[in-house]
Amino acid sequence: MNRNPQLNKHGELQHLLTTEGLPVSILLHILDTAESFAGVTEREVKKIPLLRGKSVFNLFFESSTRTRTTFEIAAKRLSADVINLNIAVSAQSKGETLLDTVNNLSAMHADMFVVRHSQSGAAHMIANHVRSEIHVINAGDGRHAHPTQALLDMFTIRRYKKDFHNLRVAIVGDILHSRVARSQIHALTTLGVPEVRVIAPKTLLPSKVERLGVHVYHDIAQGLKDIDVLIMLRLQNERMLGASLPSPEEYFKYYGLTQEKLSLAKQDAIVMHPGPMNRGVEIDSAVADGKQSVILPQVTFGIAVRMAVMSILAGN
Amino acid sequence: MNINIHIKNGRLIDPKNGIDTVSDLYIVRGKVASLGAIPAGFQDCRVIDAAGLIVCPGLVDLSARLREPGLEYKATLESELKAAVAGGVTSLACPPDTDPPLDEPGLVEMLKHRTKSLDQVHVYPVGALTQKLKGERLTEMAELRDAGCVAFSHADAPLANLHVLMQAMQYASTFGFSVWLRPQEVSLANNGVAHAGEIATRLGLPPIPVCAETIALSNIILLTRETGVKVHLCRISSAEGVAMVRAAKQQGLPITCDIAINHVHLTEMDIGFFDTNCHLVPPLRNLHDRDALCGGLIDGTIDAICSDHAPVDDDAKLLPFGQTEAGATGLELLLSLTFKWATTMNIPLIKALNTVTLAPARVLGIDGGHLTPGAPADICIFDPEEYWKVTASTIQSQGKNTPFLGRELPGRVKFTLTDGNIVYES
Amino acid sequence: MQLPDAEQLLADLTEQLRPDVDEAVAMIGIHTGGVWVAKRLHQALGISIPLGVLDISFYRDDYSKIGLHPQVKPSDLPFEVEGSRIILVDDVLYTGRTIRAAVNEIFDYGRPACIHLVTLIDRGGRELPIAAQYVGAVLPLPADKMLELRQETDGKMSLGLREIRLPEK
Repeated sequence: MNRNPQLNKHGELQHLLTTEGLPVSILLHILDTAESFAGVTEREVKKIPLLRGKSVFNLFFESSTRTRTTFEIAAKRLSADVINLNIAVSAQSKGETLLDTVNNLSAMHADMFVVRHSQSGAAHMIANHVRSEIHVINAGDGRHAHPTQALLDMFTIRRYKKDFHNLRVAIVGDILHSRVARSQIHALTTLGVPEVRVIAPKTLLPSKVERLGVHVYHDIAQGLKDIDVLIMLRLQNERMLGASLPSPEEYFKYYGLTQEKLSLAKQDAIVMHPGPMNRGVEIDSAVADGKQSVILPQVTFGIAVRMAVMSILAGN
Repeated sequence: MNINIHIKNGRLIDPKNGIDTVSDLYIVRGKVASLGAIPAGFQDCRVIDAAGLIVCPGLVDLSARLREPGLEYKATLESELKAAVAGGVTSLACPPDTDPPLDEPGLVEMLKHRTKSLDQVHVYPVGALTQKLKGERLTEMAELRDAGCVAFSHADAPLANLHVLMQAMQYASTFGFSVWLRPQEVSLANNGVAHAGEIATRLGLPPIPVCAETIALSNIILLTRETGVKVHLCRISSAEGVAMVRAAKQQGLPITCDIAINHVHLTEMDIGFFDTNCHLVPPLRNLHDRDALCGGLIDGTIDAICSDHAPVDDDAKLLPFGQTEAGATGLELLLSLTFKWATTMNIPLIKALNTVTLAPARVLGIDGGHLTPGAPADICIFDPEEYWKVTASTIQSQGKNTPFLGRELPGRVKFTLTDGNIVYES
Repeated sequence: MQLPDAEQLLADLTEQLRPDVDEAVAMIGIHTGGVWVAKRLHQALGISIPLGVLDISFYRDDYSKIGLHPQVKPSDLPFEVEGSRIILVDDVLYTGRTIRAAVNEIFDYGRPACIHLVTLIDRGGRELPIAAQYVGAVLPLPADKMLELRQETDGKMSLGLREIRLPEK
């Protein structure tokens, strides 16, 4: 139980479940490998034969067209066979348990599961119960982790900022419910970013968040000072229904990113967003489409990063 | 059926009488006849050589779910009473959260009848405080008492309406019944599954703040003062909670308190990488809280340790953490874990054993948990030197899930006697 | 064992190649030794089309056995592959599997008119039907020897021999 469940007995990546606890060498290996894959998309044949004959199952217990599509493209560019299962509407509604589903699919000779689930820990549980030759990639579990998203964000940051060791990064918004934020924080601190800030009202911050190695700000004007990288988080509409926030308007006024607030950060700061964006809620359109935004390149890099993760896992 | 028994050369530990010495114990007609000196006219029928073993009162467990009626797929009376005696437990209280809940005299009578026929352990049902545990209408408490209930509780079911709670406490106090409550404000617990701390934050698990316990505790303490009812507080989990109980006791309120044995040893850190066996109610809190709970045991703020035995079927644990059913098997671990706590923390064994024998017997209001001549011969004999490994096959309980699965624990039960009958022997 | 002088082999290869090089010829080196050799030839022959580099890690046939190479470098072919004449350069030609992978990778950029192969050393031991058109030297070696090209800081190249432990049969 104490061994990192992501690593095999040789210390190699067996599953990718979270960015927490991964050695910096593995994170850099993924980013470096992704650099090589980034070129593949510019070729005549946008495909390499690495995973030929392998089966990748996209197990989406929570629907997400965007994430599923990028994993599908990544797997197909690696020549794998891709099977998409939208389990939210099939087996689970017939009373089959999560493990039943996984066992059935394992019996179909899957090589890799890409798992998205609404519950924190779902990918860990699946990884603990699959045969040892199957690899599991967490494509988002509850509020816990979304490691490939965080890795593509790291890839993006490195592309634009070269080095992690002299950066100030701010993550703005709903940290409490965000698996992306958690995975970003672990990746950033592991890669040596000296200062990671989280900026949010207290209702959107989990308790003891500073234990993750971040500095907490409630005032965005203070929080954005001297920042090199801004990561805006999506504010889900359902947060407005509960008691977390009074209204989208008030949130936008105090925490939404506008050109004016962006000018408080460094001149060459980049703006990132894991998508999909709520324009006018957490980010103003002028910023989202502005010259400091790297939101679209993030999406492009996402495919290369996922190709890198899949090819490293399938080879271990 | 009772035979005379002579337990030889054991280390007798009896918290009530302050005894901790190597001596013989004689049992005649189901009662403790004498310690040390052979009773007049005693004839050996069975001799137990307890050299190197510890002989103590049978354990009294304030919370063991037997899952009958209604939840037999998780456990049955047969399996769980077998587990009880294998763990040296001779008396236990079972909470009312069965299916249906213990809210009608007929259900309680049936349970008493079934347990009596198995004739292994004294089972004390705790009746439901409200009908169907819905927190709306009071149960027929006096009728339930007549059927065999020793107290009334709401188990882990929410009781949101304070007016109903106050009425229930008042009604119970009319008859001198005690009310057992686990303090948790449901709106603050808000479907959480782990302590609102570092681990819940790291793992992205819905949190339960400490104030969910302390606010409910505050309500209960104020209502205790208001109604004068005897209250037993179940499963306190936080340092602040312990401090509040301590203050309430100092004010002379009629309050007793227990904690679960898992909380004596474990913290939120033990959840590790989503170990669903550590999904417990109340949640495992932090090191500071755990130390405060132990401090409360030592200074008597907390009266008793219970197993909080809750056998859960495997299917209910093989899910993502937040979807799993809370609970762990515990009857067979209570003694070993109490013993381990005493030895690692350098607590005199007589004091530690008090929290699982005499103190809980007093909460229950029964004559038990001691070895005074004339008392029922409910006895546990265990080997303090023997270690055993917690595995699915070493556990008798139908519930195999516990945070201690796979660990080696000290203290192995060798004999369990209920009313002078040897109900377990290994 | 006396190994040939790498610098001398480079000079020989340059002369072998010179008659067949014109402004339409492109050159590709295979990571890592092949790129060193290709850089020198590319310069010496005055080839005008920029040098291409290939990392064939993604095309290796032993991926399922040994996994992904720990240091994959991006491939970069900075010219139109479709219809081009290509000189492919590697330092040591052995089983032929690297060349197979390289040819496959090149075809994913387009369909070249032809590919010719250059190698500094042909050490024999072919497992695939592959032959080099331009060879610096033929030097048959047993399987437990590994021939390595080294590059000094001043750019001078030399050959070295290492013992390797063969996997148990």
